[in-house]
Amino acid sequence: MTMRAVLQHLYLVGAASVLTMIFGSILGVAAYLYKSLRGGVLWLVDVLQTIPVLALLGVIMIFFGATSTTVIIGIVLYSLLPMVRNTYIGLEGVDPAIKEAAQGMGMTKWQRLLKIELPLAFPIIFTGIRIAVVTSIGIAVFGAVVGGGGLGSTINRAILIQDMGTLMQATFALMGMAMFFDFGMSYIEKRLQSR
Amino acid sequence: MITFTNVSKKYDEITVVDELNLSIEDGEFVILIGPSGCGKTTTLKMINKLIEMDKGEIHIDDKNISDINGDELRREIGYVIQQIGLFPNLTIKENILVVPRLLKWKEEKCDKRVHELLELVGMPYEENAMKYPNELSGGQQQRIGVLRALAGEPPIILMDEPFGALDPVTRESLQDELKVLQKKLHKTIIFVTHDMEEALKMADKIVFMSDGKILQVASPEEMLANPADSLITDFMGRHAVTTEEQYHDLTCKEVMFKELIFVSETEKPLEVASKIKKSDHDMAVIVDENAAPKGVVTLDLIKQFQQADKKIVEIADTEVEKVSENKLAKDAFNQMIKDNKNYLLVMDDKNKVTGLITRDVITNSLARLVWGDMDWAL
Repeated sequence: MTMRAVLQHLYLVGAASVLTMIFGSILGVAAYLYKSLRGGVLWLVDVLQTIPVLALLGVIMIFFGATSTTVIIGIVLYSLLPMVRNTYIGLEGVDPAIKEAAQGMGMTKWQRLLKIELPLAFPIIFTGIRIAVVTSIGIAVFGAVVGGGGLGSTINRAILIQDMGTLMQATFALMGMAMFFDFGMSYIEKRLQSR
Repeated sequence: MITFTNVSKKYDEITVVDELNLSIEDGEFVILIGPSGCGKTTTLKMINKLIEMDKGEIHIDDKNISDINGDELRREIGYVIQQIGLFPNLTIKENILVVPRLLKWKEEKCDKRVHELLELVGMPYEENAMKYPNELSGGQQQRIGVLRALAGEPPIILMDEPFGALDPVTRESLQDELKVLQKKLHKTIIFVTHDMEEALKMADKIVFMSDGKILQVASPEEMLANPADSLITDFMGRHAVTTEEQYHDLTCKEVMFKELIFVSETEKPLEVASKIKKSDHDMAVIVDENAAPKGVVTLDLIKQFQQADKKIVEIADTEVEKVSENKLAKDAFNQMIKDNKNYLLVMDDKNKVTGLITRDVITNSLARLVWGDMDWAL
């Protein structure tokens, strides 16, 4: 196992997480603001999660080839669900009295969203980000089959040549990574919620 | 001036506001009151277009509000709600400045305004401006809620049961402060409540609604004196003033003490004394075997004659005056005062004792006339 594989893995997860946050929050906000889109968006992200990862990556590979782009897109599609859902639920769950006050003050729909509703929903949205990041660490392992690199490739190779040492190292590295993000972000989450 | 012309609002098939006509003068403190579901809150929220009306027109001064963009309209109208609804992610200062910032006020003007407003409710700027809402008590939060509504200097302020969630002591002090503020600032305030006491205390004009219609528009004094509907009378409860004419008609039966202690002629004074002591009164009525009254005995009388072997009737006051229960209370009171008596026995038409009129009865009746129908402990 090389440091390079770990960094590559982190790159896949990092790039995918940033994209998930962007697209996930846009979709979540759209589901919240536009009733007509709500059903469709929530259904779509739900369905995406039911597709087996390997099948999903295979389909994307048809368009983007065996590259890290394919892996990143796959991770994004897969981790959209917690991000979209938590954004939607977080916004929906803001105290109606506060929303009414904001509207009663004469804030426009977008002013309410940016100044009041998103900041107040942020702790819940952050939980969505944490779940998305931790899931993508696991999903990135499948990237190996479509040539995405990362720790998945290391594990794959170790299994083929029966190199138990490397296999254990890679596995522990993955677990460490997942636990680091999970605990670290849980800590931030608690701080956010106690505010 | 705000004018409602034939305003209606329906939810599904239920009409919550029905052909409402109302006009509110500048600087008036108007209270919308009525049972829940009467349409008062809907009426309020149609003014700032939080609820769109189905039919009719609302004009503010000469402008039809349906020609004004809702968000812009709301910046010109203050709004206070029962749940307070301060923004927990913003400081007190930022909360107060929400509307001025939307109106793009200059920073110095904003700053000055916050100082001025906090001063107005006696919450020093240095101590409070940088706090977050959850660091304040409920009463202080709603003070800020009111300041937030005042901040953009709107001529009109809408208040939806603003003090309904506060404890009685805090509520009272906020009511007083608001009344003072309104005197000082001459805002037009439209205030929804279901608390008649609050309405009577605060309003220049009370609008009583029921089933989406206005039952009566009147000043508090006028509404107290001449409620237009029995529902209003019910709502006013103990505040309702029984008019003088009604008091002229009160009979003895309506004012007398009814829970009397009856003792027989042969009972011993000590037994009678202990019976009286167990009751709420200080006297007993002595009756013969036919239930005809023989006299009245008071604790004082028994104390004066500490002779245990005497019959009660021997020490009783047997010269008690009697009145019919249908006699006017007024006349009975006159008779008592004229003859310098402390009590009268009230008799029904079968010559049975049904009650007693004492000086306490007179006092209670007077108290009721002056302070309303309270539960005067006898």
